Amino acid sequence: MTSPNDWLQLALFAGALLALTRPLGCYLTQVFDPQGRTFLDPVCRPLERLTYRLAGIDPAHEQSWRSYATSLLAFSAVGLLFTYALLRCQHLLPLNPRQLPGLAPALAFNTAVSFTTNTNWQSYGGEGTMSYFSQAVGLTLHNFTSAAAGLGVAAAFVRGLARQGAATVGSFWTDLVRVTCYLLLPLSLAFAVFLVSQGMIQNFKPYDTVRTLEESPTPALRTDPADRTPAGPDRQPAPAEAAVGTQTIAQGPMASQVAIKILGANGGGFTNANASHPFENPTPLANFLQMLAIFALPSALTHHLGRAVGNPRHGWAVWSAMFVLFLAGALVIWWAEAAGNPLHHALGVAAADGNLEGKELRFGVFNSALFAAITTAASCGAVNAMHDSFTPLGGLVTLFNIQSGEVIFGGVGAGLYGMLTYVILAVFIAGLMVGRTPEYLGKKIGARDVKLVMLVLMLLPAAILGLTAWAATSTWGVAGLNNAGPHGFSEMLYAYSSAVGNNGSAFAGLTTTPADGDVRYNVTLAAGMLVGRFLVIVPILALAGGLAARKHVPAGPGTFRTEGATFVVLLVGTVVLVGALTFLPALAMGPVVEHALMHAGGRF
Amino acid sequence: MTEACRRLGPRAQLRNPVMFVTLLGALLAFGQLFTSAEPFRFVLQIALWLLFTVLFANFAEAVAEGRGKAQARTLRASRRQLIAHRRTRGGALEAVDAGLLRQGDVVVVRAGEQIPGDGEVIEGAASVDESAITGESAPVIREAGGDRSAVTGGTVVLSDMLVLRITSNPGEGFLDHMISLVEGARRQKTPNELALTIMLAALTAIFLLVVLALRPFGAYAGADFSLTTLIALLVCLIPTTIGGLLSAIGIAGMDRLLQRNVLAMSGRAVEAAGDIDVLLLDKTGTITLGNRQAADFLPAPGITRERLAEAAQLASLADETPEGRSVVVLAKEKFRLRGRDLAAPHAFVPFTAQTRMSGLDLPAAGADRPARSIRKGAAQAIRAWVETNGGSFPAAVGASVDSISRQGGTPLVVAEGSAVLGVIHLKDVVKGGIKERFAQLRTMGIRTVMITGDNALTAAAIAAEAGVDDFLAEATPEMKLARIREEQAAGRLVAMTGDGTNDAPALAQADVGVAMNTGTQAAKEAGNMIDLDSNPTKLIEIVEIGKQLLITRGALTTFSLANDLAKYFAIIPALLLGAFPAIAPLNVMRLGSPASAILSAVIFNALVIVALIPLALRGVAYRPAGASSLLRRHLLIYGLGGVLVPFAGIKLIDLIVTALGFV
Repeated sequence: MTSPNDWLQLALFAGALLALTRPLGCYLTQVFDPQGRTFLDPVCRPLERLTYRLAGIDPAHEQSWRSYATSLLAFSAVGLLFTYALLRCQHLLPLNPRQLPGLAPALAFNTAVSFTTNTNWQSYGGEGTMSYFSQAVGLTLHNFTSAAAGLGVAAAFVRGLARQGAATVGSFWTDLVRVTCYLLLPLSLAFAVFLVSQGMIQNFKPYDTVRTLEESPTPALRTDPADRTPAGPDRQPAPAEAAVGTQTIAQGPMASQVAIKILGANGGGFTNANASHPFENPTPLANFLQMLAIFALPSALTHHLGRAVGNPRHGWAVWSAMFVLFLAGALVIWWAEAAGNPLHHALGVAAADGNLEGKELRFGVFNSALFAAITTAASCGAVNAMHDSFTPLGGLVTLFNIQSGEVIFGGVGAGLYGMLTYVILAVFIAGLMVGRTPEYLGKKIGARDVKLVMLVLMLLPAAILGLTAWAATSTWGVAGLNNAGPHGFSEMLYAYSSAVGNNGSAFAGLTTTPADGDVRYNVTLAAGMLVGRFLVIVPILALAGGLAARKHVPAGPGTFRTEGATFVVLLVGTVVLVGALTFLPALAMGPVVEHALMHAGGRF
Repeated sequence: MTEACRRLGPRAQLRNPVMFVTLLGALLAFGQLFTSAEPFRFVLQIALWLLFTVLFANFAEAVAEGRGKAQARTLRASRRQLIAHRRTRGGALEAVDAGLLRQGDVVVVRAGEQIPGDGEVIEGAASVDESAITGESAPVIREAGGDRSAVTGGTVVLSDMLVLRITSNPGEGFLDHMISLVEGARRQKTPNELALTIMLAALTAIFLLVVLALRPFGAYAGADFSLTTLIALLVCLIPTTIGGLLSAIGIAGMDRLLQRNVLAMSGRAVEAAGDIDVLLLDKTGTITLGNRQAADFLPAPGITRERLAEAAQLASLADETPEGRSVVVLAKEKFRLRGRDLAAPHAFVPFTAQTRMSGLDLPAAGADRPARSIRKGAAQAIRAWVETNGGSFPAAVGASVDSISRQGGTPLVVAEGSAVLGVIHLKDVVKGGIKERFAQLRTMGIRTVMITGDNALTAAAIAAEAGVDDFLAEATPEMKLARIREEQAAGRLVAMTGDGTNDAPALAQADVGVAMNTGTQAAKEAGNMIDLDSNPTKLIEIVEIGKQLLITRGALTTFSLANDLAKYFAIIPALLLGAFPAIAPLNVMRLGSPASAILSAVIFNALVIVALIPLALRGVAYRPAGASSLLRRHLLIYGLGGVLVPFAGIKLIDLIVTALGFV
């Protein structure tokens, strides 16, 4: 079931990621330094200066962690309101060839929150709900800024570790501008051009209506096999009601949005089918480079960390821990999907191909499994296969990847600072075992740090489990489910994990739109996303501020080493153990029970 | 055990959130006895074992306190009903109860009497038996002024009489301090203990959420999880092992110091000892033996080395000082001189401060003047002596004297009659084994700095011989202080020992300042530890105890958390089996029944505390090594061991519980 070709692709992916990490990490170091020099200076410097002048930013002015956090929160709040208003008034705005109506309040709120928090959970139905203007302005704006904000927080955290006796952790505004000008814009531009070369569309044309060769029994707009939002009358404008036998094919400025959706670990698809849509993922090469691009920045950040704190081996140790966790997850999903579903086997269907339900045949089991592992590990949320249709164990890994706190490479910025909270926890517990007060990179870990780290680690399960528990016991929660039993439970658990983890992918099947589902889904999910983003960022910045003020203790042979194999094992162990201890009961109630029942012949 | 029950009060329990939740769980489980649908005896057993869990933790603390308290109690008993002779303003003496003495009171203590409280000698000198505190039976001299003026309450004056000024109020003396430090209730949490408590409390909160969420999850799945089972799960998940032993570990660390006759003034100091990066060690007594020893004979021109050695030996035969003895030994070793038979009558001339030399006179039969008259002493004194005898001081000997001084040695010139014979080179001798000790410290990541009054040249020579990393020559107390500040500015933690009043600022500045018990009151007050044995080498042991304390804490935390995995594998299948019989294969331990699985996990959880009490009290075995090898070792034992041990333990208990038909 597993071919050498698949192994080769896996090796190629790992090799490419490894090769990319160092150069991109070095580039990041220059971007995060207000005085940094890059080869793009001739082009980007004027743009940067212009932005400073227009916005009245003094790039030399640094902020305390409080001020940094306040700026970030204010900026995000304004962005959120802007997008909310824009989505509500979609019908009044230009570039809306299909005359799509404005969004309902709850859906607009959910969507605005979703993009502001870098989650890109899509309660709306992609091309069926959003006008070109909404996509390009209302959503893509956040694809850039939320990614830049996440990178900024990571940069501030690293500054906190590298500095000593400092009152400031950098400037939010400078980080925002520099990351956008020097990193996200040029990278996205290059990537978008590449994607167009692979056949991805980039236009403002009205949707095409074509006559199909075969008569299709399904409504025209349902172009993907597992639409997470079954078509409702309010979202099906007139042309889509076309007679059976025709199909509406979405058009639009896709490549520009997809490039940043991938690079910024946003994941919000232009089309509802996301990266399984032939336009959004046209070729195997495009698929491969998209997977690589999802991991590129989070991976490079580890190298930036190592360089900034003067200990490159520490950066590589963090990278290794992330990679080990990712690889283990990817292999389990691959194995589980390749092994297939015993119920299918019993019926004699498709045993040799593994579980192909909900997968795009162009990608097959391996590339679907790898993409799923990457997109859930990296808080991206773009999907090229439907996770809902994975085997229970395959689905379990995607859930665990998200519930670990999106630290396995993780979101851009968010992955690094999330992982560093685990690092501090690991250092605190195990550091004692070398007979010294735990210290991380020369900074003593005291009660305040532990308090903040534990706050972050407590918030995630509180939000995920609390909201899931609420949904599981309420009629609106159960009414939104597509499946019953433990699989239905997994759908809810996945939704809230994805929201709180700011991932944005879905165990499709959950219906959350106001028409078919419930307002409360949109609101609770939005609440989860806000908690998972901002209630994490604030303690993280507080941690950075506290660390920046502290003195370095010079390292010696008695100091705990944050590099090398022992540390990697320790870090992996901490992530797995904390994740397992927190979510094992919930996972047991969902995928584990489902797996056991599936082997006993149960269906849902 | 009664002490363990007494500690069940809510105020004592609130200090420890983990055990507080456990206690609440036990009470809730007792509440379930008559309302639960489960068998009465199952609920009862769960409730009892939960209560035992709390009791075992209290027991651990009580045992740890008991050991320290016992030592303190014997000391305190010795002071009870002591009558002190207080000198009134008029100069008369009045008898008062020692317990009523206040700071500033002046008391008189005569031979045979106990010293009524900590104080400073202001008049007189006496030998004092301090064995009650130090365990050392040899009496020590205590005298007014200088560095030996401090006395401790409870010690006994053996000879002469002392007039002291009391320096502490009742309840504030050493003993009281010691007792309060080992008593859990009054102990302040150290910074690291505080951070750990926060982490444990947060973990407890997380697990509370996890278990609370199971109820609605169960409702969705149509499974009604019983409250008893959920409580059992909660208590098994929260870190009860470390939560229960945390304060015992801290107290035991303090107690281990006490057993080595070191009194820590705060738990913070013990913890800081583990973090020490730099040790400032006084040369004399720590790195070198207290006394200088003869190392070489440098004869004057025209004199054989053997003749010098013989004369030197003769002059030292009756000299009982360590220097004198070392001269005899050196002469014996180098020239096989056995020591002349001194049957002939002779007169030993002892050393006095006036003459600054010693020696002997061998009288010639019937003559007034002695036949031979040998002296050894400081160059100046011998020069004067030789010159009065009509001799002269050769320039070559002067050169030898200068060269020895330059190397940091002590030159001792030997003369017979009017002739100067040569110079004995006395030098510092580095203690045996100290070099290895410093090498160990280096692997632990601790640098040693030798403090000495010697010049830089000598200091460098001794430093190289002893293997210290750095030295501070011609050190003054100010330089010591500056050095400590400098190290601290670079982020390092510094430990030092000291005894003199002029050491006090440096002792106060150091992160760990160990004052010698023989030292002055000022030094003792400035330091945060007092070594009752006044042994400067003990600093190294103190550092090891500090490290051991932190390691024990980390090891048991790791073990406690790693345990949870196995408990999940015991309880989760038991929990779900009722609603989903298909989950049976998940019962990897093949435990007898859901009830026995849950009970076994709870019993294991309680018993593991008892099993680990000895480890908590004794501390994890510590051997000096680098951080990396320590981490690897401890991760393997307590991390991996923590994952595996409960699988075996729970299975074993399950077999017993099932065999005995408890459920």
